[in-house]
Amino acid sequence: MALASGVALGDNTGQDFSQIERGRYLAAAGDCAGCHTKPGGKNFAGGLPVATPFGIVISPNITPDRETGIGLWSNDDFVRAMTEGIRRDGANLYPAMPYVYYTKATRDDVLAIRAYLNTVPAVDNGVKADQLPFPLSVRTDMAAWNKLYFTPGEFQPISNKNAEWNRGAYLVEGLMHCGACHTPKNFAGGDEKGRPLQGYALQGWFAPDLTTDDRRGIGSWSAGDLAAYLKTGHNRFSAATGPMADVVTHSTSKMTDADLHAVATYLKDQAPPNEKAPQPVAASDPAMKMGAAIYADECSACHTPNGKGIANLFPSLAGSPNVQSTDPTSAIRIVLAGTQSVATDRAPTAPAMPAFGDTLDNREVAAVLTYIRNAWGNAAPLVSAGDIARHRDSLAKGDE
Amino acid sequence: MPQKLPPKDVAIIGLGWTGSILAYELADAGLDVVAVERGPWRDTATDFPPSYAPDELRYRIRHELFLRPAQVSLTFRNNANQTALPVRDWGAFMLGNGAGGAGVHWNAETWRFLPSDFVVKSHLTQRYGAKFLPDDMTIQDWGVSYDELEPYYDRFEYLCGTSGTAGNLKGSIQPGGNPFEGPRSRPYPTPAQRQPFSHTLFAKAAAELGYKPFPQPSGNLSRAYTNPLGVEMGPCTYCGFCEWFGCANYSKASPQTTILPALFRKPNFTARTDCEVTKINLDRSGKHATGITFVDSSGEEWEQPAELVMLCGFQLWNVQLLMLSGIGQIYDPNTGEGQIGRNFSHQTISTALGFFDKSKFNFNPFIASGAIGMCIDEFNGDNFDHGPHGFVGGGYMGQVQSNGRPMEFTDAVPAGTPAWGAKWKQAMRDNYLSTVYAGTGVHGSCYSYRQNHLDLDPTYKDRFGRPLVRMTMDFHENELKMNAFLTDIYAEIIKAMGANRVDKRPRKGPYDVTKYQTSHLCGGAIMGSNPKESALNKYLQSWDVPNLFVQGATAFPQNAGYNPTGTVGALAYWSAKAIREQYLKSPGPLVDA
Repeated sequence: MALASGVALGDNTGQDFSQIERGRYLAAAGDCAGCHTKPGGKNFAGGLPVATPFGIVISPNITPDRETGIGLWSNDDFVRAMTEGIRRDGANLYPAMPYVYYTKATRDDVLAIRAYLNTVPAVDNGVKADQLPFPLSVRTDMAAWNKLYFTPGEFQPISNKNAEWNRGAYLVEGLMHCGACHTPKNFAGGDEKGRPLQGYALQGWFAPDLTTDDRRGIGSWSAGDLAAYLKTGHNRFSAATGPMADVVTHSTSKMTDADLHAVATYLKDQAPPNEKAPQPVAASDPAMKMGAAIYADECSACHTPNGKGIANLFPSLAGSPNVQSTDPTSAIRIVLAGTQSVATDRAPTAPAMPAFGDTLDNREVAAVLTYIRNAWGNAAPLVSAGDIARHRDSLAKGDE
Repeated sequence: MPQKLPPKDVAIIGLGWTGSILAYELADAGLDVVAVERGPWRDTATDFPPSYAPDELRYRIRHELFLRPAQVSLTFRNNANQTALPVRDWGAFMLGNGAGGAGVHWNAETWRFLPSDFVVKSHLTQRYGAKFLPDDMTIQDWGVSYDELEPYYDRFEYLCGTSGTAGNLKGSIQPGGNPFEGPRSRPYPTPAQRQPFSHTLFAKAAAELGYKPFPQPSGNLSRAYTNPLGVEMGPCTYCGFCEWFGCANYSKASPQTTILPALFRKPNFTARTDCEVTKINLDRSGKHATGITFVDSSGEEWEQPAELVMLCGFQLWNVQLLMLSGIGQIYDPNTGEGQIGRNFSHQTISTALGFFDKSKFNFNPFIASGAIGMCIDEFNGDNFDHGPHGFVGGGYMGQVQSNGRPMEFTDAVPAGTPAWGAKWKQAMRDNYLSTVYAGTGVHGSCYSYRQNHLDLDPTYKDRFGRPLVRMTMDFHENELKMNAFLTDIYAEIIKAMGANRVDKRPRKGPYDVTKYQTSHLCGGAIMGSNPKESALNKYLQSWDVPNLFVQGATAFPQNAGYNPTGTVGALAYWSAKAIREQYLKSPGPLVDA
C-alpha cells in the first residue's frame, strides 16, 4: 500500500522503499494514528478531539494535502515540529503533541516517518485545532512552559548498558512516549521530575506504574510477559483495555518482537519508587467480609476463587498493579461500567468484563474492591462508598 | 424491485456453526464473503455476561435466544390424513436465532457417528438381510465414509477444544473411552470433564453390569484451551446453565467462543444481521445460482449477487428455502418422486427417573454442565445383535443430567404425584437432591420412512406471504420397540445404582410436537451417491445447482443415535476443503451425476 500510493503520488523526492517502510513502522511505534486518525476516518486526516487536563485539543491533518495537511512542509519544518514543538508558521504546538518525547528520536527516524507520511493519500480536511480557552489559547504561553518542562535533544545511549537496553530506552522515552500517560504530571501538565513511569490518572483511567514495584508495578512480570502483553494485548496476568487497548491496536501490536523485548528489557530495569507497601486491610473488616461474599457470587467464576484468573483470558487480580494502585480509578471504572479487552491477530478473543454498576450499589462496589485490593497477599488502601459515588457521577456525566 | 448490492464471491445464508466455518474457510481462501443472518448479532461480552446469563425464566422459559413463532413457524401433522396446523409455541425442538445459531444454545455434546452409521443400509442388509428392514423404511448410505470424515471430525474437535477420553486411537482400544467409536487419529484436545456424584455412580453400576462406561465428549471444557485460530476458551465452572443459554464463561464451544473472533478480523468478510433471506436466485437455466434476496429489518428488499451460495440455516429453513426457490423437486410420498423434503427425521429420546433414599444420597444436581455425563454405547447403532429383537437402530444411554434448574425439574417426582399443591411440594422437597433425572437418558436414533417428510403448507403463510413448511412426522413401530428395549436396560442400570424406585418414561407414539426431545431435526435435502436418491452429492453440493452447497444436518439421510453437531461440523470442514481444493480450481459439479 505504502509503495503503491507513493508511486502514484510521484511528486515526492526520496522514494526509498526501505525508508518508507521504516517510517511506516516508526509511525506505528509513535502511535501517530492514535491521535491523527479519527476512528472510522481517513488515515492521518486529523480532527480527533484529544482530551488534555486543560481542555480539548483537536488533532491536525498530517496527510500530504497542500492546503489542509502538511504537503507544503519542508523536511526541516517537519523535524522542528516533531523535536521542538514548533509549527511551520512558527507557532508553538501544545504538548498534547508529544514533542517532549519525540525530541529523543533521531533525525533519520523522523525523516523516515515524514517519507512515509508523504505516501499516504492526501485528504482535504481543514481542522480548527485551537479550541482551548484563554489564556491557554495563546500559544506563546507554551514557550514559557517549554523552558520549564521541555528538554530538547536526541536520545544519548548509556554506555554501560547493552544495545538492547538502549534500544528499549530510545523507544520508551522517545517515539513510544509511554511517559505521556504513565508519568505523574505536575499542576501545569509537565512530567514530575524524578518519578518517571510511576503511574498517573487521566481520561477516567489510571495508567499504572511501569516500574518494577512488586505490588503496583510490573515487578512480577518477566520481560517475556511484558513483550507478550504489548504484542497481543494479553499475557498470563493481564489484558489491555481502555486507552491502552488503542495503543496496542495502533502501535505495539505492530512492532517487532525484538523491539518489544528491548522495551521490556528497559522497563524491567526501572527502579521502583521508594515507598513502603501499606498494611493490608484486615480480613475481619466488615467491608472485607462483605466483599468476599460478593466476590464469591459475582466474580469468582471467571477470576477464580484464588484471584489468579485464567491465563490470557481472565486477568489475575492477585498481584495485579491495576488492582493495587493507590489510585483505584481504573478498578472502580471497570467494575461500574465494564470494559472489553483488546482483540489482536494473535489474541483475537477479546474477553470482556461486564458492568456491575446497575446491580451493585456504592457500598457493595467499594466492599468488593476493598476485598480484591487486600485478598491473596494484595495490599492497598480501602475504597469508600464515597469514592464510588464520585466516579459514578463523573461516568454518568461522560467526564470519564 | 429489490435494490442490488455489489457482487460478492460467496453469499452465506445463516451464521451458525456451518455458516461460521464456511465463512472462515472461504475468506481464508481469499474470497470476498458476506453472511446474511436472520437474527441479531450476539457475542459473549455483551449478550451473555455472567451477571445475568444464568436466568432460567428469561432463557429457558421465555425463549430469549430463539426465533419467535410470530416471525416464522411451521405446520405439523402426524400423517397425510390429518390437516396440518401451525405450531404456535416451540415444543419438541428449539429453533435458534442470531449469530451463532443453535451453536449458542446447545449443550455441547460433541459425538462422532459410528463408521457403520455412514453405510447403515448396506451394513444392515448384509448382516440381517433386506427383509429385516420395515417396508416403508427409507434409510440410505451417506456416500461418504467415516474414514473420509475422520480428519474433519478431528478439525472440528480441535476447533472446539472438546473434552473427552479417546476409546479408539488408530485402531487401538483405550481404557476409559468408548470402545465402540471409530478409530480417531489423536486424543481429544482436552481431557474429559470431572463427573459429579450421580454420574460417577452410574458409571460404577454400569461397569458392574458388564458395560464399558466412558465420559460423554463435551464441548464444555475441562480446562482452558487455545484453539488453532488463536481463540481462547476458559474452563467450565459447572454452573449448569448450558442448553437454552449462552455461556458467560467462554467455556462452551460455540461460534462465538471458537471462530467468530478470528473471522471478524478478516477484512474480506462481512456479516449482515437482522436480515432474512427470502430466496436463492437462479438464472434462466435454473442450474446456476446468481445470488440471494433478503429483507432487512426496515422491510427493504435487497439482492446480493454471488458466485457461490452456501445454505447454512437450520434444517427446517434450509429445506423451506430450497422449496421456495424452486431448487430441485419437492418430494411426493405417494410416488416417491422428488428429493426436497424427503427422509426427514428427528430423534427417539426417553429416560427413566431414579428415586434414592434422601438420607443417604445427595446428588447436588446443580453441579453440572451441558455435556457432562457417563455413558455406555453397547446399544447404539449396530453395536449389538438386533436379530433377536426385531428392530434396527439404537442409541447411547447415560447419566447425562445437565443441571438442577428448578423450573425445569417440576416433574422430577414419582409417577402418581399430583402436578401441583401440597403433595407435589412435599414430593419435590423429598426428592429434589436425591433423584437421577437425565432429560436425554436414552438418546436413540430415528430412521427415515416414506411417510415422514417436509413440504409446503397449502394454507398457512408467513409474514412475507410465503407458505410455511409443513412437517408430516410420526414414530414408527421400529423406533418405539427400540426405545422400549433401551429404556428397560437404562432403568436396570439406574436400579443397580441403588435407587429405591425407578420410573420409566419410554417414548410413546404418536410423535408429539409439543414435548421436548432434542433439537436434532435432520434430512430433507440429503447427501448420497447419485441424484436419483439424494439432493446433494458427497461434498454437500446440490446436484441441481452446482454453485449451491447445503450444509448441516439437512444432509443426513437418517438420524443416528448421537447428537448431530460433531458430524455437522465435520461435514462442513469436509465440504469446505472440497470447495477450496477442487471447486475453486474448476467450478462445476464435483461428482458426475
